[in-house]
Amino acid sequence: MVPPMARSAMPARLETAVSCLVLLGVVSAIAGLALGLLFAPASAQQGETYRIILVHVPASWLSMLIYGVMALCAVFALMKDKRVPALLARALAPTGAGMAALSLGTGALWGKPTWGAWWVWDARVISELILLLFFIGFIALTERIVDVRRSEQAGGILLLAGAINLPIIHFSVQRWPSLHQGASIALGKPAPMSHFMVWGVLLMGLAFSCYAATMVLLRLRNLTMAADHALA
Amino acid sequence: MPWHSLAEFIAMGGRGVYVWGAFGLVALAFVLEPLTLFWQHRRLQRRNHGQR
Repeated sequence: MVPPMARSAMPARLETAVSCLVLLGVVSAIAGLALGLLFAPASAQQGETYRIILVHVPASWLSMLIYGVMALCAVFALMKDKRVPALLARALAPTGAGMAALSLGTGALWGKPTWGAWWVWDARVISELILLLFFIGFIALTERIVDVRRSEQAGGILLLAGAINLPIIHFSVQRWPSLHQGASIALGKPAPMSHFMVWGVLLMGLAFSCYAATMVLLRLRNLTMAADHALA
Repeated sequence: MPWHSLAEFIAMGGRGVYVWGAFGLVALAFVLEPLTLFWQHRRLQRRNHGQR
């Protein structure tokens, strides 16, 4: 729980943080979209369809990053019996679920013209779907249990159980025969596409991160207000 | 720049529906989520004020 003194000091700081994040997010999104949509040439294999990478890859990255942060929050919340990380996990969950849903949705729009199907039972696609189900499961579980401590504990245990899915998603395109293409951007490997697109995707990743951070801050404020209401 | 006209850019090599559909989906989500958070905030503000 945010201590009362910190809470009273929050609005001005929150406003500054949100303004900075929105500014950085908008600038990087404009730059990323310009590079990826206007300057990058068409792909030799996939034509123009591959431009979906500008939103598909950042959404997928963010869904995994957010789940990873939530799992870390769960470790702190369970081990140290702390409230702030548990609150942070709850603030992250809906945005994480949205990112996983966007990853699957934009993936379907990419898959249809490329593979000829909206959906395939492929290791990476299934593991991303399981990630979405863990987000939804966490939200449903923590909303349903009225007792705050029990709700946080149950949510934390669910998050830790689901964390096994993260390496499965990451390695799914290397370990199993997969329709899904390999990692487009990986450290220490030349990217199989134009530099314009690589930078476009990285800038969009930054923009998505700024968006997610903004949503989390705004949701933290709402959760704190709701908790105040419950206490009053 | 690989484009010769605006029409060519919008058509996206005949795959415009998929490409713009994906961008539209993200844009819709990125408008709806902050909106619901603002509405929720306004509701909580009214409720907390009503209590005092």
